[in-house]
Amino acid sequence: MSSHDHHTQGHGSGAHHELSFWRHYVFSTDHKVIGVQYGITALCFLFLGFCLMMMMRWQLAYPGQPMPVIGKFFGEAAMPGGIMLPEFYNSLGAMHGTIMVFLGVVPLLVGAFGNYVMPLQIGAPDMAFPKLNMASYWVFAVGGIVMLVSFFVPGGAANSGWTSYAPLSVIATMGQTLWLIGMVFLITSSLLGSVNFIVTIIQLRAKGLSMFRLPFFVWAQLVTAFLLLLAFPPLEAAGVMQLMDRVAGTSFFMPEGLVVSGVPSTVAGGGSPLLWQHLFWFLAHPEVYVLILPALGIVAEIIANNTRKPLWGYRPMVYSAIFLGFMSFIVWAHHMFMTGMGPTISTFFATTTMIISIPSVIILTALVISLYRASIRFTVPMLFALAFLPMFAIGGLTGLPLGLPASDIPLHDTYYVIGHFHYVVAPGTIFGIFAGIYYWYPKVTGRKMNDVLGKIHFWLSFVFINMVFGPMFVQGLAGVSRRLYSQVGYAHGEAVQSWTITSSWGAWLLGLAQIFFIVNFFMSMRAGKKVSDNPWEATTLEWAAPSPPPHGNFTTPPVVYRPPYEYSVPGLAKDYFPQHAAAEA
Amino acid sequence: MRLWQRRAAVLLAAAAGGVLFARPLLGAEAAAPTTPGVKIDGAYADWRNLWLPPDISQHGHNIDGLIYFLHGFMGVLFVGWGVFFVYCLFRFRQRAGQRADYNLVKAKPSKYAEIAVAIIEAVLLLGFSVPIWASVKNDLPTEAQNPLRVRVLAEQFAWNFHYPGKDGKFGRTAPQFVNTASNPVGLDRSDANAKDDIVSGEMHLPVDRPVICDISSKDVIHSFAVPVLRVKQDAIPGMRIPVWFQATKTGSYEIACAQLCGNNHYSMRAVMVVEPKDRFDHWLEEKSKPPEEFEEE
Amino acid sequence: MSTQTLPYTVHPHPVTGIYSGKFGTWLFLASEVMLFGALFSSYVLLRVGAPEAPSPLHWPSHEETHLSWRIGGFNTLVLIVSSVTMVMAWASLKMGDFSKGRRYLWLTFLLALTFIVVKLSLEYVPKLRGGYVPAKSTFFSLYYTLTGLHGLHVIGGMVVIGYFLGPGAALWKRDPEYYTNRIECTGLYWHFVDLVWIFLFPVLYLM
Ligand code: HEM
Ligand SMILES: [Cu+2]
Ligand SMILES: [Cu+2]
Repeated sequence: MSSHDHHTQGHGSGAHHELSFWRHYVFSTDHKVIGVQYGITALCFLFLGFCLMMMMRWQLAYPGQPMPVIGKFFGEAAMPGGIMLPEFYNSLGAMHGTIMVFLGVVPLLVGAFGNYVMPLQIGAPDMAFPKLNMASYWVFAVGGIVMLVSFFVPGGAANSGWTSYAPLSVIATMGQTLWLIGMVFLITSSLLGSVNFIVTIIQLRAKGLSMFRLPFFVWAQLVTAFLLLLAFPPLEAAGVMQLMDRVAGTSFFMPEGLVVSGVPSTVAGGGSPLLWQHLFWFLAHPEVYVLILPALGIVAEIIANNTRKPLWGYRPMVYSAIFLGFMSFIVWAHHMFMTGMGPTISTFFATTTMIISIPSVIILTALVISLYRASIRFTVPMLFALAFLPMFAIGGLTGLPLGLPASDIPLHDTYYVIGHFHYVVAPGTIFGIFAGIYYWYPKVTGRKMNDVLGKIHFWLSFVFINMVFGPMFVQGLAGVSRRLYSQVGYAHGEAVQSWTITSSWGAWLLGLAQIFFIVNFFMSMRAGKKVSDNPWEATTLEWAAPSPPPHGNFTTPPVVYRPPYEYSVPGLAKDYFPQHAAAEA
Repeated sequence: MRLWQRRAAVLLAAAAGGVLFARPLLGAEAAAPTTPGVKIDGAYADWRNLWLPPDISQHGHNIDGLIYFLHGFMGVLFVGWGVFFVYCLFRFRQRAGQRADYNLVKAKPSKYAEIAVAIIEAVLLLGFSVPIWASVKNDLPTEAQNPLRVRVLAEQFAWNFHYPGKDGKFGRTAPQFVNTASNPVGLDRSDANAKDDIVSGEMHLPVDRPVICDISSKDVIHSFAVPVLRVKQDAIPGMRIPVWFQATKTGSYEIACAQLCGNNHYSMRAVMVVEPKDRFDHWLEEKSKPPEEFEEE
Repeated sequence: MSTQTLPYTVHPHPVTGIYSGKFGTWLFLASEVMLFGALFSSYVLLRVGAPEAPSPLHWPSHEETHLSWRIGGFNTLVLIVSSVTMVMAWASLKMGDFSKGRRYLWLTFLLALTFIVVKLSLEYVPKLRGGYVPAKSTFFSLYYTLTGLHGLHVIGGMVVIGYFLGPGAALWKRDPEYYTNRIECTGLYWHFVDLVWIFLFPVLYLM
């Protein structure tokens, strides 16, 4: 990776001392090292989550047929004769969701990009609490390991969906207990991280960097940190209660009079299955904004940089992000319209849902208007950032029929939902992540990723990802339930099975397309073109630091003179005017 | 972007589009419904499947109308927005002499568009969704409309349909009487009201008569989903939640489970037979004859 | 070390008016409010949803729970006093009196220990022996979960206080103000833990 010039490029304080290998690369307190640790770990998890899904796609496309080659490796308990068992399918599904959300996307957006870029963008030497930062990563790692171990316990990993609805999850196999324990670690890690982020952003900004001179990415991280801080604890509480139900035989989520497989249940009863759903979605709705806001932040940075003009509507975007944050705490029950909700409550939650759609529209509109009278550079990060916009639009628009209780009736819990939120998180967030990787790679390594490979990666991904998720709307409208091990047992499922096959091929081809990324990612570390500290000619502070930035980040503490996106300022020779430049150089 | 890159992009997109749309059409014959047992009505394996399945309920057209309108609205927004997007990409691409304009445009139209979106959403919610939901949830058929009442009791991984029989009264049920094979809903056979109760794994309904289903579950959460009826209701243990509908077309249809409920969630399917009144009455008659093997209890 | 170059670890930020550690503690407490808030909401929901008296699932009266308000009340008092000693510890340090501060810290630690010992030996153990296990009823599920989680917070507080009495005390020699700040943050947390108990006590023992 980045060479050892971490040391030599100068400590702000000049107090030079050698750190051991362990303190430098493993138990480091440097936000950049921690960011890279998060990034590598989370990319591995993202890949794992995707592999689980590619296996599931085989079973969906060719139900009951032995999986070629790979099928043999999973043993009799999961795939006898190479044919996937339903319980294994359910484990894969639940773990795909869990891994993607909690171990892949959030750690990438917050743990990696947030950790690495945010302190640089605010001109800070490090996070406010470097040791806490290290602790966050290691607690996260433990949570991840617990999740991985759960695949190998009797009964396999958790198989009650990433939502873990009780009572199913309470009577489920041992994997669920590990899931809960793993979640407690992941939640704790997020809490530590979010405290650190908020304090850092508020306290450690460089001189002159007022709140409204912050890059939009930093704002997105700030709102995200608040969401994590306040939404996760209720899930922790719920997780503890579910753990009690499973381990101590309590009945928080268990009503009386259950008969499971013909055997009357012995728990005392008196609990409420819906209580779990309320607590879960109280977290999980803000969580979807955690999945999208930082991605919007990345996209905003890249669009400003590649349109060579200031973002249109910076302030409305900031206000929208804050408003989104607030509103996201009072929309949760729109996931529960089909639980027998009466008109009053459903109207309340449908109204808040419609209201929350407005700030998203404003942000998206602002980003598109930013293209007007611009001078658009189609760099690789820009391609991903641009593609993000229509994909996120599809995801957002298809949320409308799901947010109105009446039109939700035929669509709820079908593949329409899967299509909807994947358009937000896959071609949306994942594209945002790719954009961010291509964009900040030169800052981390001092080298650029290869353009041609990047463009191939982009176009193939763009095409295939739509091939994966587009057909899901058709399946969903046809009424095919989600989380089915196979849909061909239903006539209405079999009728649209050909779309499922299309979607599966899309997923595998999408997987192949990632080879271009993986090769590029590793190859460029050694062979990528060496570039200057500011290869994209950007204005924000992270580009004022050397690439890679030394321990302590800036050779001299930066001072900020102007808003974040001063591109194409009239009368200047260069088309960008960095935040830290006192006058044009 | 260089020319060859643009060409390659267009080609790729076209190829993908082709694959995307040709596949289901090519595969259509192979995928004709071959579900064993009853022939299911209204499951097409052709282009009609790009949209909602046929609707055989009295209330469904309202929901369908809303979904149609919503998708039209979404389409207009997406296309309108997309045209501007693509125009910008093309018109303002970086090239010789193209310099970005530092000054921000005053975008009145976008403000109007945002306000329009907000208003349309409000109208859709208050004018359409709320009334539909209220009628689905609150306007249960009155006694005068002579609704049929059925209890739907879900279990891993089957649906039980419990009819009150001739007396119109449901017998007492309790968990301790449950026997998966002979008494799936746990009827107390000593209760007089239970004598003529009917429990079936297949749902039979009269056409053109309102039906109230009381949905519940024995074990975990399931969801009673009937695509052609535009009906969906979670079956939650410890709760009994009514839904109502009126089927307008005879035939055999599918009931699905829409909530992950365990290993065999995927096969938790039941058949719903909507039939004319006389056929339905005949079915009830047949069913209320006590089957021999249960007598000895 | 990079930590030395970080601003506002000890001195307050000119705009926000507080140093980073205190800010972080307040944020952490906000998340704790959400944690216990969720549990209290669950309590309300489950209690409101419980059936009326003849049903075996009805909400138990005090006689049925056999929880002694005397023991609970004693523990309440212990925690309140420990909050006072905690403030005294901080005030003494602020005035530069390390040994007095230390004495108050020890006192706080011992009071916390008293709380835990009383809780375990006079409440948990006899209750569990008597068959009042968590699985007995919704009330006891909540009782053990709420008090257990609170107890863990008390133990967590003891670990922190113990640290500042033991290895952490070295910081006083290097940077007394830094040390005092850390005791202040510990105190904030400690008051929060008391506050939770002040909610728990009436809810579980009196209502
Ligand atoms: C790009 C590749 C991806 C593919 C091909 C894919 C595909 C799928 C499919 C087909 C399902 C439905 C499974 C079923 O209902 O049985 C699913 C579920 C899910 N996916 Fe993905 N997905 C991808 C990426 C992601 C990402 C990036 C995230 C999160 C940020 C994500 C989160 C989820 C969640 C939460 C579920 C629900 C799991 C559950 O039912 O419990 N997926 N995915
Ligand atoms: Cu089911
Ligand atoms: Cu199911």
